[in-house]
Amino acid sequence: MISDISNTAAKVDLAFLYITGMSVVLLVLITSFMVYSLVRYNVKRHPRAEQIEGNVATEIILTVIPVILVLVMFYIGWTNFSYLRNAPKDAIPVTVRGMMWSWHFEYKNGKQNDVLNVPVGKPVELILTSADVIHSFYIPAFRIKEDAVPGMKTHLWFKAGEIGSYDVFCTEYCGTGHSHMVSKVVVMAQDAFDKWYAGAGAAGKENKGLQLLQAKGCLGCHTADGAGKIGPTFKGIFGRKTVILTNGKEREIVVDEDYIRRSVLQPAADIVKGYPNIMPVIPVTKDELDTIVATLEELK
Amino acid sequence: MNTFYADPGPRRGLAAWMMSTDHKRIGIMYLAALLLFFSIGALLGVLIRLNLISPGTFVQAHNYNRLFTIHGIIMIFLFIIPGIPASFGNFFLPLHIGARDVAFPRINRLSWWLYLAGAVVVLESLFFGGGPLDTGWTFYAPYSIQTRTNVSMAVFGVFILGFSSILTGLNFITTIHRLRAPGMTWHRMPLFAWTLYATGWVQLLATPTIAITLLLVILERFFGLGFFDPSKGGDPLLFEHLFWIYSHPAVYIMVLPAMGIISEVVPVFARKVIFGYRVVAYSALAIASVGYLVWGHHMFTSGMSDTARVVFSFFTFLVAVPSGMKVFNWLGTLYKGSIRLDAPLLFALSFIFLFSVGGLTGLIQSAVATNLHLHSTYWIVAHFHYVMFGGMGFSFLAALHYWFPKMFGRMYRERPAKIGWLVFFLGFNILYFSMFILGYNGMPRRYYDYPPQYFTGQLVSTIGSWVLAAGLIIIFRNLIVAFYRGPKAPDNPWGGSTLEWQVPSPPPRENFEEIPVITRGPYLFE
Repeated sequence: MISDISNTAAKVDLAFLYITGMSVVLLVLITSFMVYSLVRYNVKRHPRAEQIEGNVATEIILTVIPVILVLVMFYIGWTNFSYLRNAPKDAIPVTVRGMMWSWHFEYKNGKQNDVLNVPVGKPVELILTSADVIHSFYIPAFRIKEDAVPGMKTHLWFKAGEIGSYDVFCTEYCGTGHSHMVSKVVVMAQDAFDKWYAGAGAAGKENKGLQLLQAKGCLGCHTADGAGKIGPTFKGIFGRKTVILTNGKEREIVVDEDYIRRSVLQPAADIVKGYPNIMPVIPVTKDELDTIVATLEELK
Repeated sequence: MNTFYADPGPRRGLAAWMMSTDHKRIGIMYLAALLLFFSIGALLGVLIRLNLISPGTFVQAHNYNRLFTIHGIIMIFLFIIPGIPASFGNFFLPLHIGARDVAFPRINRLSWWLYLAGAVVVLESLFFGGGPLDTGWTFYAPYSIQTRTNVSMAVFGVFILGFSSILTGLNFITTIHRLRAPGMTWHRMPLFAWTLYATGWVQLLATPTIAITLLLVILERFFGLGFFDPSKGGDPLLFEHLFWIYSHPAVYIMVLPAMGIISEVVPVFARKVIFGYRVVAYSALAIASVGYLVWGHHMFTSGMSDTARVVFSFFTFLVAVPSGMKVFNWLGTLYKGSIRLDAPLLFALSFIFLFSVGGLTGLIQSAVATNLHLHSTYWIVAHFHYVMFGGMGFSFLAALHYWFPKMFGRMYRERPAKIGWLVFFLGFNILYFSMFILGYNGMPRRYYDYPPQYFTGQLVSTIGSWVLAAGLIIIFRNLIVAFYRGPKAPDNPWGGSTLEWQVPSPPPRENFEEIPVITRGPYLFE
């Protein structure tokens, strides 16, 4: 019943067990008293009702006991909550950005990714924000969630207990792709994490570019292989004749480097006809933008 | 003497209904409209469940989002919130307190018109502009500001519905203060009237907040004013606060009158005076007042300060106590009674069980630690369906079976009513209990598609929806047959002791030939 997958899971499960236990006892008492009365005081067995208008002592007992019970439940929730909400000072900070409809993780050394890699047994603090609408970052296995709100920084922390890969869901409704706004928390051994954290990887140039598209969340909506998704595919984008809407007016253009750069920096300026105007502004450095342009040019 | 059906007043045909200020005619019209919207909402619910056993086969993601949004809006704003006060409240409040009508009959008619107008605007929004909205019934900004679906018209419809609700609340409060029959002291009033009184204050004081909030959404959408959009200096949390300042008390608008009905039905079928009359009456007022202070529990993971979360959690636990006291007093009423388990009591006792499940799971999610896990999952969906549908829905059916003979002057058959109840009750629990398990296992709500580990739970839940629908069909078929062909009902088929059972079924136009003089409490069976 108590999960050791993370420190938070253990705390939440314990609180859940206590409160649910009390609630089940209450429900069983209520229901069995009701069924007992139905059988025992059925009109056939008990043809004449006894008119009892009330009983002050009973009322007082049945008020005081629930008050005590709910205060105990409140307290259980509260003590564990303080622990769950306050990350230790040495926690590894990771910035989490939600956007329609992907998650983006950025580490202290500038490393970026679209899955959350963390070392086992180390506290990790997530600083959450959103690029567009409200999202909510939820790791069911760890029993924690917190909203990612545009214009705000919210936080969460955990210490993973077991190496493995766990689901991340968005739990604040955010539009068409809401149910596919998923990611993973990958809990790694310390040395594996260190290696990943320090290394750039042996990947080639194109591969590095794709990794960047992946890390920035672009591939959440655009494919690299020509398949349709929420946005137009990247495959063969350079030189493609495209009808776009600029301030609501249609015009036909040929996709070039300027257009790509403008689309990344000001996604709402030109909208490809037939696609929704939903792409968020995702911060990129000048080098990153150059890499993106170069990568797209090669996706023929 | 003529019944109110046979005595339409000065107008004929449709106008005899639409222009009528008779609280009974207005109540019947509300009832018909509510049942229509409930059927549409339930049908949409079955479609939602159908998609979830095979995402993508029947609808695509965007339309699925519209489906659960419209299901929510119809069920909440067009069925549950007006619900019991507008239908049974209108019909029975004046009868219960010995009055000929409500205090402001023409304002009552205006409420009804506003309800119709609001419903028409909400339904129109499905066909104009960007089509059916996809925001969820909570209209959270900034998504509701950005989506190109027709949010503005839909929320304007809800805005109009709000005025209908405010005026009904105002009318009932005044009626109870001013129109009680001679000798009908506060403590001789039936408990249903007490809950309508508490509800009236919530309608009157809380509804303006949602009206303003929805206007702000419309202004932001049309004129780009940045109330909620952070890129314009607004605050998304402001919307959440304003929305729940109304929408949490609204839960009590839905459930308090439901509790009132249980307090009417249980004594009659136990042949016994209610246990702890004053406790049951005052707990309604306690729920209505503490209920204003708990809205933040919808925002435990919103980014609101941790201190605020703990304070809201504290008040949320407190509001559970008066609800619990009501349950204990209903059980106390059964104790040493002489119980006849007829259909209205079956529905009422199911309310007690299902509402207890809903209330107790509510405690589990009001603890701030456990809420971190359960918030926005299927657990919440299960919880509020137990409270709303298991609570208000079963109570509504209890009232329908209890008062059917009085409202329509005909009796229904007992056996099909009980069979329908059984199928409906089983289906309900299969449908919604599996959602508790899904939610505990992490299934997020409002998901069009889901990872494979949740399939079994989703399948069981969907099968439950079919069983539930079958139960509803049996129940309503029985009532429709009774409406057309049922035997004539006596004035007092259940041996009730409140005033509505002292007048003919259906009641005459002016309710009482002579205003009765009250010398005793409402539940005397000796």
